[in-house]
Amino acid sequence: MPSRLASVVAGGCFVIAVLAYPQVVDGNVLRYQVEWIPQLGLNFALRLDGFAWMFCVLITGIGFLVTVYARYYMSEDDPVPRFFSFFLAFMGAMLGIVLSGNVILLSVFWELTSISSFLLISYWHNSAAARDGARMALTITGIGGFCLLIGLLLIGNIVGSYDLDKILASGDLIRGHSLYLPALIFVLLGALTKSAQFPFHFWLPNAMAAPTPVSAFLHSATMVKAGVFLLARFSPALSGTYEWFFILGAAGILTLLIGAYFAIFQQDLKGLLAYSTISHLGLITTLLSLGSPLATVAAIFHMLNHATFKASLFMAAGIIDHETGTRDMRRLSGLFRYMPITATLAMVASAAMAGVPLLNGFLSKEMFFAEAVETHADSILDRILPYVATLAGAFSVAYSLRFIHTVFFGRSPTNLPKDTPHEPPHWMRFPIELLVVICLIVGIAPAMSVGPFLNTAVVSVLGADTPEYSLSIWHGFNLPLIMSLVALVAGALLYVALRHYLATCEDGPPVLRRLRGQRIFERILVEVSWRWARLAEQRIGTRKLQPQLRWVVFTGFVAGMLPLWLSGFEPRSFVFSGVDKAFAGLWLIGICLAIGTAYLAKYHRLAALIMLGGIGLIVCVTFVWLSAPDLAITQLLVEIVTTVLILLGLRWLPKRTEQMDEAVTLRARFRRFRDLLLAVVCGVGMTFISYAVMTMPVPDAIANYFLENAYSEGGGRNVVNVILVDFRGFDTLGEIAVLGVVALTVYALLRRFRPAPDSMDMPEQQRIQNRFDEEHADRAAGDTARDYLLIPSVIMQWMFPVIITFAVYIFMRGHDMPGGGFSAGLTLSIAFLLQYLAGGTRWAEDRIRILPLWWMGIGLLAAASTGVGAWFFGYPFLTSHFQYLPIPLIGKVPAATALLFDLGVFLLVVGSTVLILVALAHQSIRINRLRTIEAEKGRDD
Amino acid sequence: MEIILSIAIGVMTSCGVWLILRPRTYQVIIGLSMLSYAVNLFIFGVGGVKTNVPPILSDDAVASRLADPVPQALVLTAIVIGFATTALFLVVLLASRGLTGTDHVDGRGEKR
Repeated sequence: MPSRLASVVAGGCFVIAVLAYPQVVDGNVLRYQVEWIPQLGLNFALRLDGFAWMFCVLITGIGFLVTVYARYYMSEDDPVPRFFSFFLAFMGAMLGIVLSGNVILLSVFWELTSISSFLLISYWHNSAAARDGARMALTITGIGGFCLLIGLLLIGNIVGSYDLDKILASGDLIRGHSLYLPALIFVLLGALTKSAQFPFHFWLPNAMAAPTPVSAFLHSATMVKAGVFLLARFSPALSGTYEWFFILGAAGILTLLIGAYFAIFQQDLKGLLAYSTISHLGLITTLLSLGSPLATVAAIFHMLNHATFKASLFMAAGIIDHETGTRDMRRLSGLFRYMPITATLAMVASAAMAGVPLLNGFLSKEMFFAEAVETHADSILDRILPYVATLAGAFSVAYSLRFIHTVFFGRSPTNLPKDTPHEPPHWMRFPIELLVVICLIVGIAPAMSVGPFLNTAVVSVLGADTPEYSLSIWHGFNLPLIMSLVALVAGALLYVALRHYLATCEDGPPVLRRLRGQRIFERILVEVSWRWARLAEQRIGTRKLQPQLRWVVFTGFVAGMLPLWLSGFEPRSFVFSGVDKAFAGLWLIGICLAIGTAYLAKYHRLAALIMLGGIGLIVCVTFVWLSAPDLAITQLLVEIVTTVLILLGLRWLPKRTEQMDEAVTLRARFRRFRDLLLAVVCGVGMTFISYAVMTMPVPDAIANYFLENAYSEGGGRNVVNVILVDFRGFDTLGEIAVLGVVALTVYALLRRFRPAPDSMDMPEQQRIQNRFDEEHADRAAGDTARDYLLIPSVIMQWMFPVIITFAVYIFMRGHDMPGGGFSAGLTLSIAFLLQYLAGGTRWAEDRIRILPLWWMGIGLLAAASTGVGAWFFGYPFLTSHFQYLPIPLIGKVPAATALLFDLGVFLLVVGSTVLILVALAHQSIRINRLRTIEAEKGRDD
Repeated sequence: MEIILSIAIGVMTSCGVWLILRPRTYQVIIGLSMLSYAVNLFIFGVGGVKTNVPPILSDDAVASRLADPVPQALVLTAIVIGFATTALFLVVLLASRGLTGTDHVDGRGEKR
């Protein structure tokens, strides 16, 4: 089922891509754009030209074939849905790269291919090779992607736009700019890492731990092609300079040669194909480095040809692995007898890889030779190129021959992991058949088959520079043909000479097999991410909280003061005149309370908490005084809830009295002095800054906008509330989500809460109460606790409906008067809280059933769906709407959708607050249960 | 007015900083609450200190003379989120005390 779905998706994409062809011929471009973050020049811009079209067809077409193939390849034990979802995600990202019309968007899709390829390579995550290979691929391509982003940002800066069309049109501007070289180097780093070019080639062979369909798709047809795609795409903007030629040429030629040489000595079928891929990509890079129009034609043609024959070869290797259980060429031989059709197909495909005439590989290779012979600039690279090309050609003949000869001919294989290999199911072979037929058609009649499509692609890259070229098999008896013949003969001789050595040798070429890029990479990885990190941690790290906080505070202080000091900040002289005496008196108390809290928090927790509450009240009065009624209400309510919360927590803290602590050491004294100094300095700094800020004339900022538009656009008179639920509704949605997450975290943490052993016993106060009950004959245990504050608790119970009404009132008036969802929610949760306080947890829960999780869920849904609702009327998320509704008897009332949003806020605040408090209150019930269980256990022992 | 508020903010910052540098978790939680008062008042003060002009529109009020509603809106959510973080920290504190047996911020030190 998942495989069929994936095939339908990929096939559908293929059909769509093919149908788009008439719109891209003759250099036409199909565009689609959605604004994303236009301020940053980042738009979701898609752009389909001939070259992108060619890649789209390649990606979707081979993607479709691979999904068909994978259906038979994957075993029943594999989690197949995951495979196909990763696969399609990768395909989407890859299509994104080729279709992006904005270079930042391109870089985003680039990263997505790195990540999805990581997931695909590590698909069999039980195998260490898969994990290591995936990590290496991600590290290399991820670093490359980062470099690419830097390069693209530089180019965007030079051009002044991230639009691909503009960038491609301003090649001269870019090449003439002083930032050209850094931009070029970063872009090339991105492309070369992705296309596994020397010296970053080593990740590709390690990525062969992926399932074979992944290798066939990612590591032959698509992902590694992204690098050369990028080079070709940007060649109008970047190519043609000496730097371009030199960097790309050196990387390409070395990769071409090294890849082909290494491929000869691989023992793993997929390893051989991987190195061959590296070599062919080197060929394309070399072609692109030349910068001549004909070379670009050859490069684009070879991208197409290589994808066709390499994908089919990978799939053939997968079939061989599937049927015999091994990919080791030392064990495989004589398979022609068992699977003649697959063998024939593989032979044709590898002949195409070797560049045998009448196959597509021959054509583009011939074009490469022709370009290699032409001298473009007088440098050593150019002069050696024809020889290097012929040598690499000979190598590729040798490894292709080896692949065919070792696997399909010779004696029958003995002791294979699976007995008697046979032909695979027909549909597993079908993709290979199709691709090989394409190889043949293109190879025999290029101008009639692939010609027009190739031309469309070439025109879209080169535009007016499109050269005259002819796609035909016979160009006369010329130098490239001689080079091809030499390569064929030399390759065959090389294989014959090496045959016996290769049949038994170790994996990798002699001598060089010890020197592996992979080793160096791992060494660096260990050095940087383990040793250096450990060293840094030992030197400057600490696990103690206090030094960390001290540094945070100190850094904060410096970061706050340094800019002020540098900009010549002069503290204003304090003006004490005109101070309201009552306000001064209020804060005199506040300051005393603050110092008292700081002093008492260690040994007298309850006193400190009460004093803290006192400060909270003074803050609340300050808000009233200074025209912030909404804040005052919220502060007051939060103060109540916080105090109850901490009171509930106090019971689980250890007893601490002044007598219990040992004498203070000198070091501790020093520490305290230092902290005190830091604290005082921070306080003084804050005083100066606050005074400066408050006495500054307030600039004409956004405040007036809100004040002027709150009523006309938000339909409310209480501007603070309108800001919260309307203008900045998205922020509020985020904030209530945070509140919900915190409440759930608290709930989750408390489910597994186990108190410390010394908090398990009954608290001292309860023991005293119970002793009193026991001593008096007319009292039962628990009576004192129940009778305690009897009258207040009755009042609290009676107040329940009153407070609920009050909450509704605060909520309803919130849009026009102080109040709103936050304060109403807190009020209602206090109503519930009082019932718990008055009657105890058990009493309250017998009578009211609160489902805080439901409140939270419905609240969040209400708020979010109000936002989504705006979409249905064609407005952006969370656009509010308001009008006056006539209600009988009451008259016209304002009704805004913001009210619905505020209702969501209200519900979520109630749910979260109640959930937190109830979860904490429940601990004393749980502890009783724990105590009973342990007591029973003790009795059993 | 400004001078009183500034001194109050300074004192509360000092007490808060002193408390969060102490070794006992309870001191840290009280210190954080104190710091949040100071920070809230500071942000609130940025909008200017005005009396008797709450940002509530009425027919006879001149919009541009009202108190700045933006810092108020910011502080309002900050107060609620402050409650949430206090709750979270309290629970972490209790869990740490239950697991390690001590109320030292590092979960180490003498067992009590």
